Amino acid sequence: MQDETHWCSFHYQKELALTTYEHAGVGHIELFDTQSRLSHWCYTVSEIHSAHHLIKCFNQQLNHYLKGRPKDLITDSTHDEIGFTEKVSTSIEEQTPQDTVSTWILLRLWRFAKPYKARLLIGFLLMLASTAATLVPPYLTMPLMDEVLIPYQNGNPLNVDLATYYLSGLLGAAVLAWILGWSRTYILARVSERMGADLRTTTYNHLLKLSHEYFGAKRTGDLMARIGAETDRINLFLSLHLLDFATDVIMMIMTAMILVSINPWLALITLLPLPFIAWLIHLVRDRLRTGFEKVDRVWADVNNVLADTIPGIRVVKAFAQEEREVKRFYDANQRNLEINDRVNKIWSLFTPTVTLLTEIGLLIVWIFGIWQVSENQITVGVLTAFLAYLGRFYLRLDSMSRMVSVTQKAAAGTKRIFEILDHVSRVPEPTRLIHLPNIKGRIELQHVGFRYGTRRVTHNINLIIEPGEMIGLVGHSGSGKSTLINLICRFYDVTEGAILIDGIDIRSFPIAEYRKHIGLVLQEPFLFFGTIAENIAYGKPLATRQEIVAAARAAHAHEFILKQPHGYDSLVGERGQALSGGERQRISIARALLINPRILILDEATSSVDSKTEREIQAALDNLVRGRTTIAIAHRLSTLRQANRLIVLDRGKIIEVGNHATLMAKQGYYYQLYLSQTGHADADLSSPVDSNNHESNPTKEWK
Amino acid sequence: MNYAAFKLSRDSKNRLTLLDEIQQKNHQVLAIRAFPISAPDEGIALVDHQGNELMWIENLQDLPTESRRLIEEELTHRDFMPEIKQINSVSSFITPCIWWVETDRGDTCFTLKGEEAIRRLSLTALLITDQYGIHFLIRDRTKLNHHSAKLLDRFL
Ligand SMILES: Nc1ncnc2c1ncn2[C@@H]1O[C@H](COP(=O)(O)OP(=O)(O)OP(=O)(O)O)[C@@H](O)[C@H]1O
Ligand SMILES: [Mg+2]
Repeated sequence: MQDETHWCSFHYQKELALTTYEHAGVGHIELFDTQSRLSHWCYTVSEIHSAHHLIKCFNQQLNHYLKGRPKDLITDSTHDEIGFTEKVSTSIEEQTPQDTVSTWILLRLWRFAKPYKARLLIGFLLMLASTAATLVPPYLTMPLMDEVLIPYQNGNPLNVDLATYYLSGLLGAAVLAWILGWSRTYILARVSERMGADLRTTTYNHLLKLSHEYFGAKRTGDLMARIGAETDRINLFLSLHLLDFATDVIMMIMTAMILVSINPWLALITLLPLPFIAWLIHLVRDRLRTGFEKVDRVWADVNNVLADTIPGIRVVKAFAQEEREVKRFYDANQRNLEINDRVNKIWSLFTPTVTLLTEIGLLIVWIFGIWQVSENQITVGVLTAFLAYLGRFYLRLDSMSRMVSVTQKAAAGTKRIFEILDHVSRVPEPTRLIHLPNIKGRIELQHVGFRYGTRRVTHNINLIIEPGEMIGLVGHSGSGKSTLINLICRFYDVTEGAILIDGIDIRSFPIAEYRKHIGLVLQEPFLFFGTIAENIAYGKPLATRQEIVAAARAAHAHEFILKQPHGYDSLVGERGQALSGGERQRISIARALLINPRILILDEATSSVDSKTEREIQAALDNLVRGRTTIAIAHRLSTLRQANRLIVLDRGKIIEVGNHATLMAKQGYYYQLYLSQTGHADADLSSPVDSNNHESNPTKEWK
Repeated sequence: MNYAAFKLSRDSKNRLTLLDEIQQKNHQVLAIRAFPISAPDEGIALVDHQGNELMWIENLQDLPTESRRLIEEELTHRDFMPEIKQINSVSSFITPCIWWVETDRGDTCFTLKGEEAIRRLSLTALLITDQYGIHFLIRDRTKLNHHSAKLLDRFL
């Protein structure tokens, strides 16, 4: 390394070379002459474009210097022309998550309440009315006491009329409160139930729109816990607790007002424990909240274990690791217990403390009240009414303090839900949409480079695939074949360069619309829980039975499907367990064929079927492939004999292009690859294979 | 449509045979419904005993009556799927439990192993698989009588 504070200068001269490489997120630029490394600089990978640009300029300048005519710097054209900014969406993702959840996050749920504004307002008014109605009875105890009971005790005759009057008032208030309370709960619970459902579907909807990358990084169990359990908790909070809470608050405010209106002094004493309780709540709240958040995370852990082992049960059993998985589950549960214990410790102290405070409050009111009665400042009736109100007041206080925990739980859940909702897809929808109902299927890759995180997997790939051409991608495992396909399908966006379909950057199409043109058979075929017919028709739910059968025939799945107990109506398990690997592959081929795509992508689509079946599928594909752009990946090179061109990839670079014969003649990388598979050099594959030479299918069709 | 090339008959052992006009050869065949549940009359395959498909019938209605009768006969033999008309009682609401039912093939009882053995085919249709793999169909559960519907509802 050079002394960093000093500038060094090197003169353009022959044999000077500037190179760059990167490793684990750090890029290096090195300057060499013939003998030695002259200098070395480092940069972060975010600057990679500049680095490449620098090297490009350097080479040009050097060239010109050596030829003796310096020129202006070139500009990098590949990005500017297309005019897309890299990494549109990083801003939100890169925000560090806030460590503490504020209860205010609950306010963000307002977004889901908005559609129900009117009903919420009605509910709220009903709530006010019903709360007021429940406050009437204690108020009536005052005149009952002072005007009926005490005069009677003092020797006056019982005023039956007055008593009936007040008592019927009591009954009326109770009935009114009942009706109002019922309608309020009904309306509000309905609304919040709907809000909860909206929240869940919105989150799920959003989740499905997120990119491939997001799912790669997240654990299934965690996501399931968030969308399942946590939305449910928020739902419960909205439909039950929030309602109670609001009632409590209104009740307390109204009670306080009534108390003050009856006797301000006594009211003041009554409200004495309030500040203490508020302080207590403040004290426990933070601890509870962090505790609950931990509980949530542990809960997600428990789910993760399940989501891991249930799909992987065959592996677990095959390696006899049941014990270990049970242990893992036990551990996760144990952590759950621990954290819950800690939360409960705080909690168990909190509630009785509040109760104690209220009891003390009651005591003080008694003392002060008796004193005031003895001083003749208030009547016995007033004191009884006070005590009646007080009972309710403190009861509410008590239940309200319980709310602390539920609120904090809901806040923690809301935070985790909004973490999903705030996540912007890394494969962003373009701002200027170009719709493309039909495509020809010309695929063009321009200087495509891609990295997973900081790891670079493809470099500067340039390729033009003509409409209707069949391309075979070959290369060693890990050479970036699937990655290239992920890019073409836009599961990921390229980090450098661009991919064009019919001359238009694929980033300008709406993603779903774009993918409709692509039939994809993945390396790991995935079947959903449902019938075989449903699985085949996955990409085109309205397909007729004839279409389904035709697709299945083409994929050579028809006959084995007929052998299933219910034919096309047979259920296949959640992970297609009832079928063999090859059968699953054939169903996923049928699925891709059914949508009749212009571009067909087969990633090791026939790797799990025997050679004979593969030949049959190939024969069927040959018909279907005709006129479609096809990209096929196969390790078994004989699979690709129909390909117009073979693209040989090595470590993310295209190293050879050509058909089988030319590549064999070249005796390069492909030749080696081929030899290693067949074991002998004089294979017959160089002669074109007659694809029509298969036994004619005796099937007759009734049309 | 080419009916002439299509000759179905039963051989001496009462097995369904298909005459191949071109090769002048008889094949013993099985009739298989491709969509036994969702569309029983559409898509019927005649396959030989190795499972190779010899003939595909788009719709049973298109066939000459005689062939149709033969195939239908064959199919009723093969696809035994009684339709539950009424549920008389169940032994308990916790699976496994025994159901006593009336079907279009007569009264019977079967053991339901778990709730997952009841499969929803559509909003109203259900398929119940018993412990031996026999399928019972409930074509429209809204049409069951009140008692049956109540019993069934406990399992859904
Ligand atoms: N999600 C990912 N995150 C990080 N690296 C990845 C990811 N997916 C693939 N890679 C890496 O990228 C490289 C290319 O992977 P790719 O799946 O394209 O290989 P491939 O050519 O399809 O191999 P195979 O023939 O085995 O399917 C591999 O080295 C792999 O480790
Ligand atoms: Mg791959």
